[in-house]
Amino acid sequence: MKELRNSACIVGVDESDEIGTLPNKSQLTLHLEAVRNAVRDAGLKVSDVDGVFTAGQHSPATIGEALGITPRYIDGTSVGGCSFIIMVGHAVAALHHGLCDVAVISHGESGRSGVGVSPRRDTALPGQFETPYGFGGAPTYFGMITTRHMHEHGTTLEQWAQVAVSTREWARLNPKARNREPITVADVLASRPVVYPFNILNICLVTDAGGAVVLTRADRARDCAKKPVYVRGAGEATEHVMLTQMRSLTFSEATRLSGAKALAMAGVTHQDFNHIMLYDAFTSGPPIMLESLGFAKPGEGVHFFETGRSTPGGSLPINTNGGGLSYTHSGMYGIFPIIEATRQLRGDCGARQVPNCRLSLVNGMGGMLSAAGTLVLANEP
Amino acid sequence: MPDHDTERRAMELERPLPQPITPEAKPYWDGLREHKLMLPRCRQCRRAFFYPRVLCPHCHAADIEWFEATGRGRLYAFEIAHQTFNKAFKVKPPYVLAMVELDEGPRLMSNLIGIEPDPRRIRCDMPVEVVFHKLTDEITLPLFQPRGGAA
Repeated sequence: MKELRNSACIVGVDESDEIGTLPNKSQLTLHLEAVRNAVRDAGLKVSDVDGVFTAGQHSPATIGEALGITPRYIDGTSVGGCSFIIMVGHAVAALHHGLCDVAVISHGESGRSGVGVSPRRDTALPGQFETPYGFGGAPTYFGMITTRHMHEHGTTLEQWAQVAVSTREWARLNPKARNREPITVADVLASRPVVYPFNILNICLVTDAGGAVVLTRADRARDCAKKPVYVRGAGEATEHVMLTQMRSLTFSEATRLSGAKALAMAGVTHQDFNHIMLYDAFTSGPPIMLESLGFAKPGEGVHFFETGRSTPGGSLPINTNGGGLSYTHSGMYGIFPIIEATRQLRGDCGARQVPNCRLSLVNGMGGMLSAAGTLVLANEP
Repeated sequence: MPDHDTERRAMELERPLPQPITPEAKPYWDGLREHKLMLPRCRQCRRAFFYPRVLCPHCHAADIEWFEATGRGRLYAFEIAHQTFNKAFKVKPPYVLAMVELDEGPRLMSNLIGIEPDPRRIRCDMPVEVVFHKLTDEITLPLFQPRGGAA
């Protein structure tokens, strides 16, 4: 793995032309806009792309076809919203071995408006063993992780609410964020109950959005339009799909494994990071991820979200785009934390720029902490 | 494909039927119809598991037997639904979504009934026991209530 360290760079990132509520744009359009924008950001052309990576309803063949190219390397790993984070590691390996020269990781999802979307079907196991009891949709599962965590560690509804407050403070500084009005812990606790322990402000947005990331080998990256962001480390793992099969509901083994691999490949320790992006589909997710990654002891991840730590101006900024909670969440959110980490490391973030951002950790989950991907990204090799 | 009668009956049910029922899970559903909670167990490592499958998830042996579980366990985790999350589920909210850890080890998803859906009354690790809930002539679901009867 160490030979892959710094061998490839992120050279282009962008969202689709718009994100939010887009009833006039198909899912495929969101992909194509994002790819075109990210390739342009890199100073490259769509015809330069020879590696296509995507997850979700459209296969890499569909994205290649729609772009009008014939990629010589494809990857359709689909293990939930972190698939795009995992694909950065896959792209680094493919680029290193010359299997492709310009890799594009593409996401497009009409999660809110459902334009150009195939109908969802239950897979066999939930349909047989969970749907008859009223389960359906992520909130009916992630709340289980959360009530068990409260039972084992004494975490509270107020502490989860603080995660929403911290993330909203960042969204206020991001012109692309959907929800930008300030909120308080009391606002979260008074918002509409959905499924205990979650009120609506504990749950991510549902939006239409696309995003894409372009990578190339480090030697070629220096000729691209923007300052390259180095992939120092990458790790992935899966543990389960059905939540009943998770070994401990309060600690993600997949997250731990992916983080340990990424940090070892990068040759860095937890104390080296000055920026963190975590997949925040629910307010309880980021603290539990910090615990599973080894940043915090079990039960203590919530303290990272106190004012002065994760918040603007704080000692360890987290989810500086406003997160899935307040910026955008199309369904498979994982492309967006990569985009934000890249922009922070380039110094492109304006009012929300983290001063002297040098080393960023990106961690995301697929399903209910079922799969995980972790990246260590840096502004120099 | 379900025939029209099946579809019409499913429309009238308060819950979606489990589907598709897989061949390896047939002893589970057959047992429930007779008010028995049947679990698969590995004949090599002697550990029970759930959901049913042809390889033991603990030692990977393909040597599986079935036995009748006690129907007792504890509430491992829970949620209280304040809205409906799938259209075919017509139980009126609020209702309790439950992950039960059976005394034999495996966990399964169900509902906790016979208790007020109030987070001040429901506690993780509270003892629970199975209640057999007939849905159709073919399908009975295992629901759970506080042990010793409804609270």
